[in-house]
Amino acid sequence: MTEQEIVIYVDGRAIAVRPGTAVAAAMLAHGMPNRISRSGQPRAALCGMGICYECRAAVNGVAHQRTCMLACTPGMEIATQ
Amino acid sequence: MSDIKATRDGTLQTTACDVLVIGAGPAGMCAATEAAASGARVLVIDENAGAGGQIWRETRAGAAHARSARARFGIRRFAASGARLQAQTRVLDAGDGWLTAWDEAAGGSILVRYRAIVLATGARELFLPFPGWTLPGVYGAGGLQALAKSGLPVKGLRVVVAGSGPLLLAVADYLQRAGANLQGVFEQASLRRMLPFTRHVMADPGKLLQGAGYGWSTRRSRLRTGCWPVAAHGAEVLEAVTMTDGKRRWTIACNALACGFHLVPNTELARLLGCDLHTLDAARALQTDPQACVEVDGWGRTTVEGVFCAGEPTGIAGLDAAEAAGTLAGSAAAAYAGFDSTSSTNTAPPVAQRRYARLLKQQERHKTFARALQRAFALRVELRQLCAPETIVCRCEDVTFAELHSLRGSREAKLQTRCGMGPCQGRVCGPATQVLFGWRPGSVRPPLAPAPVSALLAVPEATASR
Repeated sequence: MTEQEIVIYVDGRAIAVRPGTAVAAAMLAHGMPNRISRSGQPRAALCGMGICYECRAAVNGVAHQRTCMLACTPGMEIATQ
Repeated sequence: MSDIKATRDGTLQTTACDVLVIGAGPAGMCAATEAAASGARVLVIDENAGAGGQIWRETRAGAAHARSARARFGIRRFAASGARLQAQTRVLDAGDGWLTAWDEAAGGSILVRYRAIVLATGARELFLPFPGWTLPGVYGAGGLQALAKSGLPVKGLRVVVAGSGPLLLAVADYLQRAGANLQGVFEQASLRRMLPFTRHVMADPGKLLQGAGYGWSTRRSRLRTGCWPVAAHGAEVLEAVTMTDGKRRWTIACNALACGFHLVPNTELARLLGCDLHTLDAARALQTDPQACVEVDGWGRTTVEGVFCAGEPTGIAGLDAAEAAGTLAGSAAAAYAGFDSTSSTNTAPPVAQRRYARLLKQQERHKTFARALQRAFALRVELRQLCAPETIVCRCEDVTFAELHSLRGSREAKLQTRCGMGPCQGRVCGPATQVLFGWRPGSVRPPLAPAPVSALLAVPEATASR
């Protein structure tokens, strides 16, 4: 982790990201899908602008957040849905 | 500094304004700036964290390329205009003189009373299903650019850009300059279809320079026309894409596919308010045209009094058209609310009149450009035939092509399969099924965005006026 990076937690796993990175982008940069679909498929953000909800995850305990529209903050906890 | 008064009662904030603008992209910012200059109290609502919309999205976290000078100018001017921006806020419901929204950041509901409203809700990409399109690594064209601007590293990424529309070139240009390894740019429209369109680009020096710029930066990545994707391949993530030109097929190894089939206007709020839609091309049927747009006059007046619309929801026509339309709609909305923008302190009335006359004249040129754009990038028939029976069409609810293709319409699809009932509220599968099956879009009903029950319960008196 460089001086400029912060730590967020995705399903308990700590990852280092630059402050201001969108949560969806941070997850994808670390090879994690954003969510698992109804039939069990890994999914990632499609539209990048808050329309498609493929990036939805629970952030700090609140479900159904559009992670492409949320900037990472230190200590943020993300749980994939 | 605006003097909009807001009161807070529990989780509900009530506020009033003269001109309410929905959307802080180029059109919305121009409308707000113009209305505020006349002395009107202006409130702008946008669901993003800051102004700029999609085209002027803020680049963050060390992403390549800061915003253009034109973007910075527009945003600075808006910030200094006196209009108030209510960011990270989603519209839930609206009616005559009132609108409710949910502030996602603060977690409270907002009830706004307005005299005039300007809808500058922009556009979104059209997505069409094909085998493998749900794999991680398959993004929209604008989608990958937006994610890159939000901090997704693209340096060295093997990307294929495909689909349709001028956005492909802009995205390819951005990715190239950010250090991506572009494996090709594929436009589904044939060269013959696109050639008449180049005449419009040639006639406009600004667009010509822009096009030349894209051409130069993407010179090595081989733009090809008349090609479209037939399948995306990979186990857990995208590994390759198969393209076709109608005769041959070939497969390209890649880590990302940036694929969008041009744009569709965001007309949900306009429809909820009762505005009429129309098609730009008389040959297209209103029911089956995903680019059906809000009907407006030169000043942006819709068929509903007090409701104005500017920019892409009135027809996909690009940045210049959006700024001009926003300026006119802002002026007209302020006038409707009782504020004369020709007597603002900035310009003498005759100068203002000439400015508006010039903008109104430009509207004709923009309309012609919008029609040419639509014709050039019309979707070829083969794009409706890409799905295999197991190809997912509704991504929210995992509904396949086989479950949908024999149904009669979107309503039956909702009842039988839940297609369209997911969080995207049909914004992705709606235009797709419209293109695939000719289904008329379902009626628009509140809430316009998924919201917690607490947000909806907070505003009972607003719904009583329905």
